[in-house]
Amino acid sequence: MVLPALLIFLAFGVIPLLGALGLSFTTWDGIGAIHPSGLTSWRATLTDPGLPHALYVTFLIMALSWAFQTPMSLLLGVFLAGRQRYRAVLAVVYFVPLLLSSAAIAITYKALLDPNFGLSAGLGVGFLAQDWLGRGRLAVGVVIFIVSWQYIPFHSLIYQAGVRQIPVSMYEAAQLDGAGRVRQFFSITLPQLKYTIITSSTLMVVGSLTFFDLIWVLTAGGPADATRVLAVQMYIKGFQGNQMGPASAIAVILVFVGLGLALLLRRLGGDARESQTEGA
Amino acid sequence: MATTLTPDTDQAGEAPGRSHSGRSQSPRHWNWPGGLAGWIWLGIVIIPIYWIIITSFKTSANYFSANPLKPPTDLTFENYKLVIQEHFIRYFFNSLVVTLGAVVPAVLVSFMAAYAIVRGRGRFLWSTNALFLAGLAIPLQATIIPIYLIIIRLKLYDSLLAIILPSIAFAIPLSVLVLTNFIRDVPNELFESMRVDGASEWGTLWHLAFPLSRPALVTVTIYNGLIIWNGFLLPLVLTQSPERRTLPLALSAFQGQYTVNVPAVLASVVLTTLPILVLYVVGRRQLLSGLTAGFGK
Repeated sequence: MVLPALLIFLAFGVIPLLGALGLSFTTWDGIGAIHPSGLTSWRATLTDPGLPHALYVTFLIMALSWAFQTPMSLLLGVFLAGRQRYRAVLAVVYFVPLLLSSAAIAITYKALLDPNFGLSAGLGVGFLAQDWLGRGRLAVGVVIFIVSWQYIPFHSLIYQAGVRQIPVSMYEAAQLDGAGRVRQFFSITLPQLKYTIITSSTLMVVGSLTFFDLIWVLTAGGPADATRVLAVQMYIKGFQGNQMGPASAIAVILVFVGLGLALLLRRLGGDARESQTEGA
Repeated sequence: MATTLTPDTDQAGEAPGRSHSGRSQSPRHWNWPGGLAGWIWLGIVIIPIYWIIITSFKTSANYFSANPLKPPTDLTFENYKLVIQEHFIRYFFNSLVVTLGAVVPAVLVSFMAAYAIVRGRGRFLWSTNALFLAGLAIPLQATIIPIYLIIIRLKLYDSLLAIILPSIAFAIPLSVLVLTNFIRDVPNELFESMRVDGASEWGTLWHLAFPLSRPALVTVTIYNGLIIWNGFLLPLVLTQSPERRTLPLALSAFQGQYTVNVPAVLASVVLTTLPILVLYVVGRRQLLSGLTAGFGK
């Protein structure tokens, strides 16, 4: 009974993954024959100045979007876990950005950020009237903002669930000891959420490697190469530049970066479970 | 059942920061930084959505002249008419075929696999499960070039099936994970009594585990449906002709075509999102009751 799932997963998941490694040692233009070419594609990829840049942009967007999303999601999650009546309604609305496709979101923001007819005109805030997608730094900021717009709701739900699992007795004990709200947050909530923070961060960090749709529709990696992350670089090399070998090498790098980050975060969170059970 | 639908009615003592003993909700329990952030974020989420909707009902002239946040003074359905004339129905149908064609088989094979993994024993099943778990970490982007190659070799390029097959594969790991976790909670006595009644493994699968797993099945169906409906990379790489476009792809093509007609582009955004919004509104209750309803009642 496990066979149908296994076969299709092997055919379109595992074999392609190995195939990417295989293709990185070949030359292929995407149409004609595939020629083994040893390390040529790897050499071309590793000496391409576009690679360090793509890595830099990938990590920049990853780090900044993590640094923005985590405190925001944490704050919202703790708030949503509270007892305010209307938070159920908020949670429904917060979920909506997750339903929209990245293509739809990118298209919407493109129009919304128009300096003349977009939101800036509606709010009458002069500062908003900028060429957001035309200047490199700004475009990176816009990508980070949109990613946060899309995913903070999701992560705040994860934190909400995490907060709900903290035993209320801990807060009662802290209160008896005279600890204030802020003290409680830093001495109970935050340490107790350590494992949740690791989970959410892993999803954010590894997930950020797969931002393709949004960036492709929003900026196509531009202006120039300002938002050209690894996945976009791979697409441009392979499907626009017809260099499937080097593109496959980038795909392999993508996998290793993702795996490395996931393992690193798991190691960081390794002792979280022990300390959590200890505290309870 | 009905009361489980509102997450607000937590049992006492679940939420942190509550008053320690009495029922006095003193003002100092008001989480004001969180409340402030909550409302600000609500605005950040709602304003673009509000803007999409009102703008999609504006005429071009109104869009360029009036304040973008004001509701349209000359409400028009022309944008929607234009979008629908631009083969929207076809793209919608393509997306529907791809989504149903991928989600239904994906959930079924994942369910069978999850059942086998929970009920069966042995090295083979164990390593298969380990493989699925590892599969959670495979990014679609990293496999797209070999998938493209495989699809070409199978002579499926530029067909809807080309999108469907990899979509099924990438839906399997998470579906199996959610379903195995759920089936594990089915009390063993139920399986035993089915066996005593002489039911085959296949019969047990469909007549016991399947109905009992309904909440988890709904969850994975909605989740996978969302991902596949919104999928962009697979249609982009594996199809070519306008006749095979799915909605997200059509959306980006439409945008390139109508750069000056923003209201029409936004109408297409509304139309492509509407089905998934309906699914969410319908499925949300089931999702929640699925999470809260136990078995033995």
